[in-house]
Amino acid sequence: MALLEVEDLRVSFNTADGVVRAVRGVSYHIDAGQTLGIVGESGSGKSVSTQTIMGLTPGARTSGRALFEGQDLLTASPDQMRAIRGAKIGMIFQDPLSSLHPYYRVGWQIVEMIRLHDRETSKDQAMKRAVELLRLVGIPQPDRRVNDYPHQFSGGMRQRAMIAMAMALNPALLIADEPTTALDVTVQAQVLRVIRRMQEMFGTAVILITHDLGVIAEVADEVLVMYGGKVMERTDRRTLFYASHHPYTEGLLQSMPAYGGERERLRPIAGQPPSLLAPPPGCPFAPRCVYVMDKCKEMPPLDPAGDEPGHLSACWLPHNEADREAIRRRVAHVELVRSAGPAGA
Amino acid sequence: MATGPASETNPAPAAAAADGDDVLLRVENLVKYFPIKGTGLVHEKEYVRAVDGVSLSIRRGRTFGIVGETGCGKSTLARCVARLHDVTSGRIVFDGQDITQLSQRRMRPLRREIQMIFQDPIGSLNPRRRVGSIIGDPFAIHHLASGSERKRRVQELMERVGLNPEHYNRFPAEFSGGQRQRIGVARALAFQPKLIICDEPVSALDVSIQAQVINLLADLQADFGLTYVFIAHDLSVVRHVSNSIGVMYLGKVTEIAPADELFTVPRHPYTGALLSAVPVPNPDLSDQRQQIILAGDVPSPILPPSGCRFHPRCPKAAPVCVAEDPPLEPRLGDGPEHPAACHLPMAEGENLADFRPSISERERVVEVDGSLLPDGAEPQDIAGALPARGEGGTP
Repeated sequence: MALLEVEDLRVSFNTADGVVRAVRGVSYHIDAGQTLGIVGESGSGKSVSTQTIMGLTPGARTSGRALFEGQDLLTASPDQMRAIRGAKIGMIFQDPLSSLHPYYRVGWQIVEMIRLHDRETSKDQAMKRAVELLRLVGIPQPDRRVNDYPHQFSGGMRQRAMIAMAMALNPALLIADEPTTALDVTVQAQVLRVIRRMQEMFGTAVILITHDLGVIAEVADEVLVMYGGKVMERTDRRTLFYASHHPYTEGLLQSMPAYGGERERLRPIAGQPPSLLAPPPGCPFAPRCVYVMDKCKEMPPLDPAGDEPGHLSACWLPHNEADREAIRRRVAHVELVRSAGPAGA
Repeated sequence: MATGPASETNPAPAAAAADGDDVLLRVENLVKYFPIKGTGLVHEKEYVRAVDGVSLSIRRGRTFGIVGETGCGKSTLARCVARLHDVTSGRIVFDGQDITQLSQRRMRPLRREIQMIFQDPIGSLNPRRRVGSIIGDPFAIHHLASGSERKRRVQELMERVGLNPEHYNRFPAEFSGGQRQRIGVARALAFQPKLIICDEPVSALDVSIQAQVINLLADLQADFGLTYVFIAHDLSVVRHVSNSIGVMYLGKVTEIAPADELFTVPRHPYTGALLSAVPVPNPDLSDQRQQIILAGDVPSPILPPSGCRFHPRCPKAAPVCVAEDPPLEPRLGDGPEHPAACHLPMAEGENLADFRPSISERERVVEVDGSLLPDGAEPQDIAGALPARGEGGTP
């Protein structure tokens, strides 16, 4: 059985401008020890979907199910959620400074976290464990630094302290929401390595939310591509990069400068991401899609695509490679004619 | 002054000889120190050495990329060049004219020619003013066009950067992030400047939008012959847009090279480590390559390390690196366009992971390295730090 099974999750918020439908029917599952990457741009619903599962979106209207170890997190009581958050599901956020309390010493915050869930542990034992955890995540001189305040840590150290805190009770699932976005690449590499080593040591499952496909290529086993509150494609890491099916995934990959190789002109996705206020029916990507067809007014189901088992894609394009290639060539030809004609694209 | 005799001889000899008047911007030994509020008479006055002896030259119509981590001084350098900061010492020569000490008044005509685009498009646009008047500001300030003429020129600019000219009367909040960045670009373009300094222009944008803005900047460069200084922390973006790239670390330039060469044959170990840390959107490649994970953090720019500033974190560090600041000059037979400031530059195909520093522990960053386990330790040895899963979960 999957560790976490999310079924048809829908989340909407009432705002002054109307109802924002942030997540519109998302389903996925993650097994123990696995890393699931969720990619998407701003407003794709990637963060809201996991925050809702953790009960961190008060005031939202939700429906669907999120079964964690057999328990539905969406209907769990606040007390039940409190016992799960931190102890069974750890979380790391993008900005470590706002997740650590500036008035309390880092060690104290980890100790509080441990003792909140585990009264049996004495303060001394908990402090010892905090030091050990800081050592694990690569904080130098942890026995001394445990008494530092968050402002005395650098950005990378704070994020590592957050990982230490999230791992303090050995959770079965770690949700990392853009954990390295605010960090420099060298520090990002340190932090990603720490997460990976923790995962190897303790068999933790990780949901990694990011907009950076490079990070996905480095760490994810399975990838979920989200757009406009819906899942566009789900597949393993290699298929995503080498044999993706969905035009949005294709567009994302083409938007990025190639690493090495020739410097060609980038091929961005035209247009803007959709508004989630009263989104039109059908595929949310249709207005920006080069392959758009009449049928796209109707939302395609998330169906098996390609040869890889577990590869799902929500797109009406034919699933066999030869037919798709024919369509691609036709679209490329139209584009060529258009760009050769009078300017104005 | 921290600039030793070595850096005196430093103003990229190549640039001076080869380019002649092809050079639009030359920076010589630029130093910018920010004083920190003193703690009293007893203490020596302290400075943040944000930029500490930087020399480089940028040719007309080219894009010069600057990369480096937070706090390396890349933005301060850019602001000094635009004269938004006064420099502590050194020289800035723009289009043959020394602009280092120009007064505000004499600087004004030059401001048309040096423009800046900032990272945060919303922070650099007044939310209470209409887009048309924001983009029209340069015309008003320089008394160059007014009334319907100004409106016409603003709408031309809007069209040129891919905005709908009919949105002339909208407020910044009505635009998306990518469009706001286009507003910033339009404003910078008002007078067809010679040099545009782009400070992280696409960092706040989503990937698909980022590509639109990069293509726009490329088109404008081709049309108007613009010269760009392009600062970003995303190395693949910088490589894509730049002709040559300078790498900065703790206020100094550690290496300058043509874009492709920097990625294929980096000479400075810092460049090597930086490149290896970039996540590659290509699973085959990222599985094969070996990452060099630097230990610790960037040291404080208030008291930078002696000699080569990278030595406490460098896998190749030797005693000479602690003692002497290496000059920025071509190494290992490289051409004049590829200088590096390193005593022990990397040979082609060399693997940094094979090296251990030959300096004393005291001079290194006090940390084993990013790897968590001491050599030989098994995960079980350390797993004792955590409780078994499932126990002690109930409050």
